[in-house]
Amino acid sequence: MLNYLVRRILYALGALLVVVTVTFLFMHIIPGGPFQREKALPEAVKANIEARYNLDQPLHKQYFDYLLHLAKGDLGPSYKYRGRTVNDIIAERFPVSMQLGGVAVVIALLIGVPAGILAALKQNKVPDYIVMFFSTIGIAMPGFVIGTVLMYFLAYRWGLLPAAMWGTPKQVIMPAIALAGAPTAFIARLTRSSMLDVLSQDYMKTAVAKGLPQSRVLWLHAVKNAIIPVVTYMGPLLATILTGSFVVENIFAVPGLGKHFVTSIYNRDYTVILGVTVFYCVFLIVANLLVDLAYPLLDPRIKLGGRKEIV
Amino acid sequence: MQLSPELFKPLEQKVEQKELIRPSTTYWQDAWRRLKQNPAAMISLGVIILIILLAIFGPMLSPYTYSEQDFSRRNQGPSAEHWFGTDGLGRDLFTRVLYGARISLSIGFVAALVTIFGVLYGGISGFVGGWLDNVMMRFVDIMYSIPFLLWVILLMVYLKEILPQDAGLISMYLALGLVYWLPMARIVRGQILSLKEQEFVMAAHTIGASKRRILLRHLIPNCMGPIIVTATLTIPQAIFTEAFLSFIGLGVSAPKASWGTLASDALVSLKSHPHLLFFPSAAICITLLAFNFLGDGLRDALDPKMRK
Repeated sequence: MLNYLVRRILYALGALLVVVTVTFLFMHIIPGGPFQREKALPEAVKANIEARYNLDQPLHKQYFDYLLHLAKGDLGPSYKYRGRTVNDIIAERFPVSMQLGGVAVVIALLIGVPAGILAALKQNKVPDYIVMFFSTIGIAMPGFVIGTVLMYFLAYRWGLLPAAMWGTPKQVIMPAIALAGAPTAFIARLTRSSMLDVLSQDYMKTAVAKGLPQSRVLWLHAVKNAIIPVVTYMGPLLATILTGSFVVENIFAVPGLGKHFVTSIYNRDYTVILGVTVFYCVFLIVANLLVDLAYPLLDPRIKLGGRKEIV
Repeated sequence: MQLSPELFKPLEQKVEQKELIRPSTTYWQDAWRRLKQNPAAMISLGVIILIILLAIFGPMLSPYTYSEQDFSRRNQGPSAEHWFGTDGLGRDLFTRVLYGARISLSIGFVAALVTIFGVLYGGISGFVGGWLDNVMMRFVDIMYSIPFLLWVILLMVYLKEILPQDAGLISMYLALGLVYWLPMARIVRGQILSLKEQEFVMAAHTIGASKRRILLRHLIPNCMGPIIVTATLTIPQAIFTEAFLSFIGLGVSAPKASWGTLASDALVSLKSHPHLLFFPSAAICITLLAFNFLGDGLRDALDPKMRK
């Protein structure tokens, strides 16, 4: 157990180091640099700015400086917004993304899991076909299509919900649905197939033969076991929701971290791109680790270290 | 009761022996037979072939070009002249959607192509084993712990800067190519690990087949099923990623159009001209649906466990 934990944390650190190194190199060998204007700056001004952001140092020194700061949790200053650090931006924007993502995860679980269970119980009957049809569509529809269609009908045509911005509960509904679309569909399929698998197991027959009430057989014996792949999916789910928010937050003008990330790509605000990427990676790696550790609690047969990752 | 002698004559043997033996079917004939019984997969196959033909020949047959502007006909709805209407600069949307199909399909094709590298990578890793397997797979693990989209976005930001303005598409190919072999490498390695312990591999070893031959001729052909399924499902993922990146402004640049940029451009005039969004979105959805259904169908058809 301890051995496994140490190994996992070492991998996680290795992955992080790779991310930081690759991102750092990408951002620093881009020709031009962040302060290139159409009109060339006077040499002295340029030198001053570069000294201010330590860009005049040799690359390896900049790299180790960055690592050192990162170890202390400091992601550096933004190049675009003077006087603001990447940490400030994340602290301001991430809570918004988190609320939106949280609502989306809850929607995905509340609809996906029951739909999958229903489809498995009625395999090859009408409810199964309906669930599978919608889940295939949900996988094939990119978030921006769901988002814009919702916006057109619910906001413009029928005027039921505000079209954009952030702050009131009504404004959460549409972006959350757009964000939850693909994960809901995936969870429904995952639940259905693992539920079918569990239902065909011998211990299900045993439970029925013992004369247990049907609801107990269903919930305690079938669903509890069938839910395990869904828990495994929670790690990748966070990744889907996070990257999905790049698009959805842009469409609905939600002032979250995803929207800012896209803006910083337009602005070539390299430290922000680098910082937010590193932040997302830490977040995901920690989330995946927690999911892995929670795993044996659900199924005592599972030994840590033997799991294949689903991404 | 009278019994006539005719009743005791032996019956003529109607069934000939040779008809009892059916010609044996190969794995691929068997898979094709099963695929044909799956209507969703067959319809999808037809749709994909249609889209490919339209993407190749459509722009040649259309009287308009993707960049031709006609300011007297801006933002028109669908009509006989402009089947999908025109956009804000008077360009024919049908032609632009067809042109977008070329880009999306070529992206999917490139992604499917790089999975070949994944096959070799996973094959070598699984077959050689030992420390090499360990090193190669730890590399994949590390790449895996970062979401694909973040990788691709990072690569795109970088590649778009170092390549000339027009090179959005090339950097897209490169970015997708650098990451889309990973899942294939994992899947093939897993297959090879279980296959290489089997008797036919030992037989090949004993008659002195080279390692290279065993890997390429004996092991990889035996995991063709999962390889084809993974490749088919990689295509919609790549098309999706391209649409996503183009939508957030990292994809191909104007006047070229992919489905993602078309949808993204339509967003500003969503209220007044929803048709501009509808057609590219529908094209994305139909294509993704078709590839997903075909992939699912292939998975069922190629799985030996489904064999009756």
